[in-house]
Amino acid sequence: MSSIGTGYDQSTTTFSPDGRVFQVEYATKAVDISSTAVGIRCKDGVVMCVEKPKLSKMLVEGTNRRIMTVDKHSGICISGMIADARQIVNYGRREATGYLDFSGSPIPGSVLASRISMMMHTYTLYWTVRPFGASVLIASYAEEGPQLYSVDPSGVSYRYFATAIGKGKNGAKSQLEKLDLTTLTAREAVIEAAKVIYSQHDPSKEKPIELEISWVCDESNKMHQLVPPALHAEAEAAAKAYREAMDDD
Amino acid sequence: MDAGLIDRSRFLDREVLDPHRVMETSRMGGASASAMAAGVGQHSGGNLDFLKQAVDLGTSIMAVAYDGGVVIGADSRTSTGIYISNRVSDKITKIDDRIFVCRSGSAADTQAISDYVTHFINQHRMEFGKPPSVKTAANFFRQLCYTNKEALMAGILVAGWDEKEGGQVYCIPVGGALVQQPFSIGGSGSTYIYGFCDAYYKPGMTAMQCEEFVKKALSHAMARDGSSGGVIRTVRIDAAGAEKKFVAGDKLPFGPL
Repeated sequence: MSSIGTGYDQSTTTFSPDGRVFQVEYATKAVDISSTAVGIRCKDGVVMCVEKPKLSKMLVEGTNRRIMTVDKHSGICISGMIADARQIVNYGRREATGYLDFSGSPIPGSVLASRISMMMHTYTLYWTVRPFGASVLIASYAEEGPQLYSVDPSGVSYRYFATAIGKGKNGAKSQLEKLDLTTLTAREAVIEAAKVIYSQHDPSKEKPIELEISWVCDESNKMHQLVPPALHAEAEAAAKAYREAMDDD
Repeated sequence: MDAGLIDRSRFLDREVLDPHRVMETSRMGGASASAMAAGVGQHSGGNLDFLKQAVDLGTSIMAVAYDGGVVIGADSRTSTGIYISNRVSDKITKIDDRIFVCRSGSAADTQAISDYVTHFINQHRMEFGKPPSVKTAANFFRQLCYTNKEALMAGILVAGWDEKEGGQVYCIPVGGALVQQPFSIGGSGSTYIYGFCDAYYKPGMTAMQCEEFVKKALSHAMARDGSSGGVIRTVRIDAAGAEKKFVAGDKLPFGPL
């Protein structure tokens, strides 16, 4: 970043001489230092999993949700600045209900992702606003089948078989690449997602974490919801065992 | 005003006057209808005020879904008061490649609504990335008809084929309800053929049988209803696309089964 400090990084409305918009890159940085979140699209649904640092022992479990339902059949998992991301979720909810009112059928994942990404992109165009310091994963299982999207602060969105965002994204992505997503079921993916999160979490250097796992799949009747407590416990136990085995090696 | 001017033994009074009353009593009520009738009884007596009335689709329309597609049909009469302003009109309007509507009520209202829906469907297709569902088109019609119900006079049948649900028929009566039905009839002429349709519609008909059913039913509606008539236009919509057909006014399959 040779142009840092030369004044070209102050506004999204000014390009640097080498053609970059630094404010957008800084916003992406805010995501890259935040909690890891992974999403897996399998044959019968989509699973999302995100870690949450346990900031204090006094913190109530389940507070500050990072996975939110947007419509019956779709949900958003967030990473980065939580307050920023909540705005994105609220926008997603408005778009989802608006689409349902207007067309009479649930919003497809592709439309939800493109509407959210368009909105996020507009926040990179004007000097009166700053870009969102957050990325989101969008899980949807409507008429088009299970779909997973991710949207960056720059406003680009991609559709994935599996992806990760946040500080552990690179390690998580290489873990995800090893999965056979053509045969994996959502129930199995829940375990795998938890393992991936724990594999990127170093207990000796980082705060302990709490997992949040949601799915939208045939087993959940194509409804987006947090996974049942029993499955959540099973996934967390498997992930912890996996981590311990990793540390022993 | 003066019902005595109507002589039911005379052919003209029966055939010209009666349809007019069937069409108008529903909209204006008895008083104004009989006021109009006075002029007609004298064969309008040089008074051409009836031409100032709105162009109305006093109509017989019909849509029948079958396994794999849908057949829709309509008569071709458009009236301006008692005057048949178009005897070969097309009351079937294309919304999308595989979505059509049969229009009844005010010609102006239903044309305008159809144009709006076509516009919305075109926008929707671009965002959606594939052909829109029939349900979506029907929902657009419902919204326009419901939110503007005070201003509109429109009874619409939306029919079409889509990949997910196959052939479908949706009925949007005056007021703006949305009802999916296996088959539906509409317009002033439909009142004469409810019994026929209930008796002779059966689930699981082929496309050919549906077409015959539509033509037969419409012929009988057009014979009884003075505000319906002319030719029959049908469209068959399935996975392959839409096929338009036409039955000439002197070839209508009217008569016993």
